[in-house]
Amino acid sequence: MSETDLESATSIDMSTWTCPVPLRDSPTIVMGHGGGGAMSGELIEHLFLPGFGPAARAEMGDSAVLARPGGRLAFSTDSFVVRPLFFPGGSIGDLAVNGTVNDLAMSGARPLYLSTSFILEEGTPLADIGRIAQAMGVAATAAGVQLVTGDTKVVDAGHGDGVYVNTAGIGVLDDGVDIRPARAAVGDVVIVSGAIGVHGVAIMSCREGLQFGTTIASDCAALNGLVADMIATGADIHVLRDPTRGGVAASLNEIARIAGVGVSLVERDLPIPEAVANACSLLGLDPLYVANEGKLIAIVPAQDSERLLAAMQNSELGKEAAIIGRCVAEHPRMVVARTGLGGNRVVDLPIGEQLPRIC
Amino acid sequence: MKYLDEFSNPELAKRLLDSIHEIATRRWAIMEVCGGQTHTIIRHGIDQLLPDEVEMIHGPGCPVCVTPLEIIDKALAIAAMPGVIFCSFGDMLRVPGSSQDLFRIKSAGGDVRVVYSPLDALTLARENPDKQVVFFGIGFETTAPANAMTVYQAKRLGIGNFSLLVSHVLVPPAIAAIMESPECRVQGFLAAGHVCSVMGTAEYPMLAEKYRVPIVVTGFEPLDILAGIRRTVMQLEAGSHVVENAYPRAVTDQGNEPARAMLRDVFEVTDRTWRGIGMIPRSGWRLSEAYRDFDAEARFNVAGMHTDESSLCRSGEVLQGLIKPHECAAFGKECTPRNPLGATMVSSEGACAAYYLYRRLELTAVSHV
Amino acid sequence: MCLAVPGRILRRYEKDLALMAEVDFGGVLKEVCLQYIPDAALGDYVIVHVGFAIQRLDEASALETLANFANLGILEEEFGDGFTRAAKQAGAVEGVMR
Repeated sequence: MSETDLESATSIDMSTWTCPVPLRDSPTIVMGHGGGGAMSGELIEHLFLPGFGPAARAEMGDSAVLARPGGRLAFSTDSFVVRPLFFPGGSIGDLAVNGTVNDLAMSGARPLYLSTSFILEEGTPLADIGRIAQAMGVAATAAGVQLVTGDTKVVDAGHGDGVYVNTAGIGVLDDGVDIRPARAAVGDVVIVSGAIGVHGVAIMSCREGLQFGTTIASDCAALNGLVADMIATGADIHVLRDPTRGGVAASLNEIARIAGVGVSLVERDLPIPEAVANACSLLGLDPLYVANEGKLIAIVPAQDSERLLAAMQNSELGKEAAIIGRCVAEHPRMVVARTGLGGNRVVDLPIGEQLPRIC
Repeated sequence: MKYLDEFSNPELAKRLLDSIHEIATRRWAIMEVCGGQTHTIIRHGIDQLLPDEVEMIHGPGCPVCVTPLEIIDKALAIAAMPGVIFCSFGDMLRVPGSSQDLFRIKSAGGDVRVVYSPLDALTLARENPDKQVVFFGIGFETTAPANAMTVYQAKRLGIGNFSLLVSHVLVPPAIAAIMESPECRVQGFLAAGHVCSVMGTAEYPMLAEKYRVPIVVTGFEPLDILAGIRRTVMQLEAGSHVVENAYPRAVTDQGNEPARAMLRDVFEVTDRTWRGIGMIPRSGWRLSEAYRDFDAEARFNVAGMHTDESSLCRSGEVLQGLIKPHECAAFGKECTPRNPLGATMVSSEGACAAYYLYRRLELTAVSHV
Repeated sequence: MCLAVPGRILRRYEKDLALMAEVDFGGVLKEVCLQYIPDAALGDYVIVHVGFAIQRLDEASALETLANFANLGILEEEFGDGFTRAAKQAGAVEGVMR
């Protein structure tokens, strides 16, 4: 990605986004926008493509025809249904791009191409869709990926939450990169790339029934640049995982179960911002279970850990990286945290979504 | 955060723990009444740091856990009705009734919403005048003033489409019921600090005297819990049984007078069934005559519903420390955290749920970095 | 029961005939009903449960509690204290309510 690309993509002021004409009078999505006719075409030509900016392949045909990169391919897909659509620090558009970019990056792949598929609810303001498309363009440019193909469908009012987005992505893996949960081994060190719980708290702060005031904004970001810096160190990275839904607790439990190791955390080493800790105290939540959208967990052999940590701390998105625990032979398939007082607690896989509690 | 961080200080915690280790010479069974205190104990691993002499029995003070099956079934019936917005604290959504929980009602099309405060439900009622908004008013004396104020406001502001499904429970009758059990093993109580913030401490000396048990009003941060345990052990070792306040920064003798006045106005004492324990006379509150119009049970005609508790579940005995969770035949079989039968498996801090989780850990040694 | 957390009053106002406050929980702001602690002033800390201030936090006694923890360690005195309490059960002793 060149600097000029980024500049041209960010030069539109998203807060004052208005839909470019001519979108046939209607300021909101109507069924005709999904009909495949003139209105669909206008939506792509006058809204999605300008929004995506330089990240989009202008031809956007029924299928994208791509040059075949060398090496193994990584392929991933994810759907985004977040509410609200816009939240402090981002939107569903940022999540849709960064989420799939990060899924690819967690296998060590360099993300190259993304598809974008929208399910739009009748009545959704076009201006909202425009802001989302623009956020996606900016995020894709920042991540250095191209938006190469897409689709739009419209559903009846009341049958969707405004906008659902699906993205699928293709990346390429360099030779020798072998990063997967099963490689976690006893003695490995567990590193987290920065402050945890930030995205989940930002979303909760604007969710109906829970609203609270905070300066916390989502940490939503593409991690492929950080991963590239990490791989460049030559460290034998065993596992990478982005701890999204279910937070650090869910990711570590999955790794522990897949690799058959125990994971031992040290609570006082967890980077938890004060406002996240306090929001969690207020609602009765545990930051270990709160979602992140711009953080990764790395599991590496002890002898590589200091070198990797230093490289991460030199990278923009890894400044606050910290060692938070180890893989151990004891309590296989379980995550156990040493508490600040020196006791142990089991950090179990969450049963479902964490809910505010009064008790 | 001020008043939280200072009371989690590991160095002071060690002093308190050392002191407890030195003081305790015999085996003592102490019950922390409140689910919030249980949460702190488990969350910080305090139970593992105490001397073997001190056994903590997790009490019945989790309002979510002790809400009887019958009330939950009533909540489910109301929440499934068309035109109803059913509001609840988050931790109530997963608690199963006879056949399902609020999550399943929601997935079947019921309008079930999580709110932080009952006042949020009142706001929803004003915003949706064509709907009936019902708030699931559970909780102990701590939560009751919030629900009381909400009903009071609904009446004062003329918000007729709001109602409350009430299942309030009271701590002192529960302590008495536990002590009345012939096999009771509890020798001392940590009383629930925030209940006393509202109600004061006047109800407790009578209990301490009658049952000859020390009762220490205790807060919720790790140091508060340790201080409460320490004072209780000191009393037990000394053969004393008085009421002490180990949470003076938030508890006064007289409690919160405006809140108590509101409670007297809005609620009246009633018999209440506790999940896993059974009926305890005069152990709950219901809406008083003046506010009966806001009673969801009457408004939605569910007062006649009747549900029996599971006959398999022995959570009542677990709650009193009479059996260990795994001694119940249903433990880990019919009853798991995903499909709990009774109070103690419902919440993650419940004795059975905690035991279910930690038994796996006990099977292996624990090592640390 | 009863997750309640301390917060500091930033602003007092009336809403729907009820006294409300904006309360700061260490960088997290929330509207809280102040009707039960009506005389709480700006800057005061209150303990908040489900959107209601239920008690004022007493700084002096918080500091005293912490100081007592810091001074722990003289076992004999502690025990003496406990026995004294037991012996004096009939009468009121400091920190003991009957």
